[in-house]
Amino acid sequence: MDQKTPYLFISPALLLLIMFSLFPIVIAFVISFTDINLVGLADWSKINFIGLENYKNVLSDPIFLKSIGNTLFYVIIGVPLVIICSLGIALMINFSQAKIFQFFRLIFYTPSITNVVAVAVVWSYLYNPQFGLFNYLLSLLDLPAVPWLQDPTIAKISLIILALWRAIGVNMIIFLAALQGIPREYYEAAQLDGANRWKQLTNVTVPLLRFAIFFVTVTTMIGWLQFFEEPFVMTQGGPLDSTTSVALFIYRNGFQLSKFGYAAAGSFILFIAIIIITIVQFKIQNRHSDTQM
Amino acid sequence: MNQYAHKSRGAKWLVGIILAVGGFFMILPFIWMVLSSVKTDAEILQIPPTIWPETFTWDNFKMLFTELNFSVYLRNTLVIVLFSFIGLFLNAMAGYGFAKFSFRGKNKMFYMVLATMMIPGQVTMIPVYLILNMFGLTNTMTGIVLPGLVGAFGIFLFRQFMSTIPDELMEAARLDGASEFFIFWKIILPISRPVLAVQGILTFIAGWNSFLWPLIIANDEKYYTLSVGLSLLKGQYSSNYALQMAGSTFMVIPIILIFMMFQKYILKGFNVSGLK
Repeated sequence: MDQKTPYLFISPALLLLIMFSLFPIVIAFVISFTDINLVGLADWSKINFIGLENYKNVLSDPIFLKSIGNTLFYVIIGVPLVIICSLGIALMINFSQAKIFQFFRLIFYTPSITNVVAVAVVWSYLYNPQFGLFNYLLSLLDLPAVPWLQDPTIAKISLIILALWRAIGVNMIIFLAALQGIPREYYEAAQLDGANRWKQLTNVTVPLLRFAIFFVTVTTMIGWLQFFEEPFVMTQGGPLDSTTSVALFIYRNGFQLSKFGYAAAGSFILFIAIIIITIVQFKIQNRHSDTQM
Repeated sequence: MNQYAHKSRGAKWLVGIILAVGGFFMILPFIWMVLSSVKTDAEILQIPPTIWPETFTWDNFKMLFTELNFSVYLRNTLVIVLFSFIGLFLNAMAGYGFAKFSFRGKNKMFYMVLATMMIPGQVTMIPVYLILNMFGLTNTMTGIVLPGLVGAFGIFLFRQFMSTIPDELMEAARLDGASEFFIFWKIILPISRPVLAVQGILTFIAGWNSFLWPLIIANDEKYYTLSVGLSLLKGQYSSNYALQMAGSTFMVIPIILIFMMFQKYILKGFNVSGLK
């Protein structure tokens, strides 16, 4: 066998990954210390090295600080909701092997494969204060109309509801796969010890799902930290920047205002935050598995 | 499922009913979308809203193609889908390379591939735009397709699956004088059909739904994808909800149909990926 063969197989994919994933990190880091914008893009001599200026400015930019606050709001409310709902539904679907339960699996999975823009367009209509379905349903119950996307705090929650609806599917499937991997004998043993259903859930199921819960927590949290499409399509970050996420802030500065260096600095702050949060989660996970062993 | 054998029928019914109610709310937006897409724009602005359309009309769908450029968006979207299958093929090649050969730097390179999964899109999007701009590829189909062509997750899944293929198969073919590429094409790929099916469907869905990158790279309407076109439509026809619902229906229904047809492969795919 030729020594070159393996390299021939891996090199096309590897080159593309280096070109569009690894190399860009270096560029992002370098340009975050420059004032590159549309002018600099056309004429490189107009690009100046400005040190930490971008970082200083972005960290004192009131909209950036607001977008950090909003993103934390999304993460703190969204992540637990996603875990509780998708785990709860997975447990219920795992309750029976009947055909209808397999059909439910399909139903709950469907929102997560559909196009985010189409879904956001549909939900903006559902949330419409006058013509929308939600306020109409509320009026049938004699409840007052809700300003779904008009009130700064409610708008954030409305976006979370939509994102939760989309996130349940994939995470439910991950939990289902993990649930089906739990050996039956554990439950039989627990029943012999007289454990009721709730005890079985808390003492057998949940501990054995620890890795799946950890996986879903990490991926969901990274996803929420990069929350973009829903606020972009539905609210454009409004009202009063109350739904602007960090990702939307970066997009707006980079591609609508063409402040590439400034946006790159913002993106690096997000990157570092994601790395720190992920490392902390791995640390916590490790400590837990140490005490369990 | 013996562990639940003692469970009463009553409990099953209760859980079933809770799931049915929850499931109804999960698909309610789709029902509302489809029903609204065949209403007239007068009816859609009625208060109180009608659930079932009083008059059915296909005008909204026609308008997408006659007055808007949805045929162009559709063609672009299909081109992206087509190219993403080339990417799938490159992923499979790389997965095979990592699974079945030993070579210098293999582990380091594989960790590098995995590391790219952790990089958030927001960090790379500005530099990738600058790189493509340097090569004059902004506002081209190549620029839209190229950065997303291969992905670490796909390479990882192919490697996992192909590691389980016995080496003897390849050795035998080599003794018969088959070329390395022939072995990959005629032996490895056919065996890998299960993982190819999963990846193929996921690739199709991702290509069909691609939004952010085409939005950034395409300035010219002739390169817009369906998603970009639809978000544009929402801005321009912000009060014509019937038209917006028709556009959304047009984007969502094909995916749901494809998913229904191939769902058993996708759902199986989560076991293939070995999430335990």
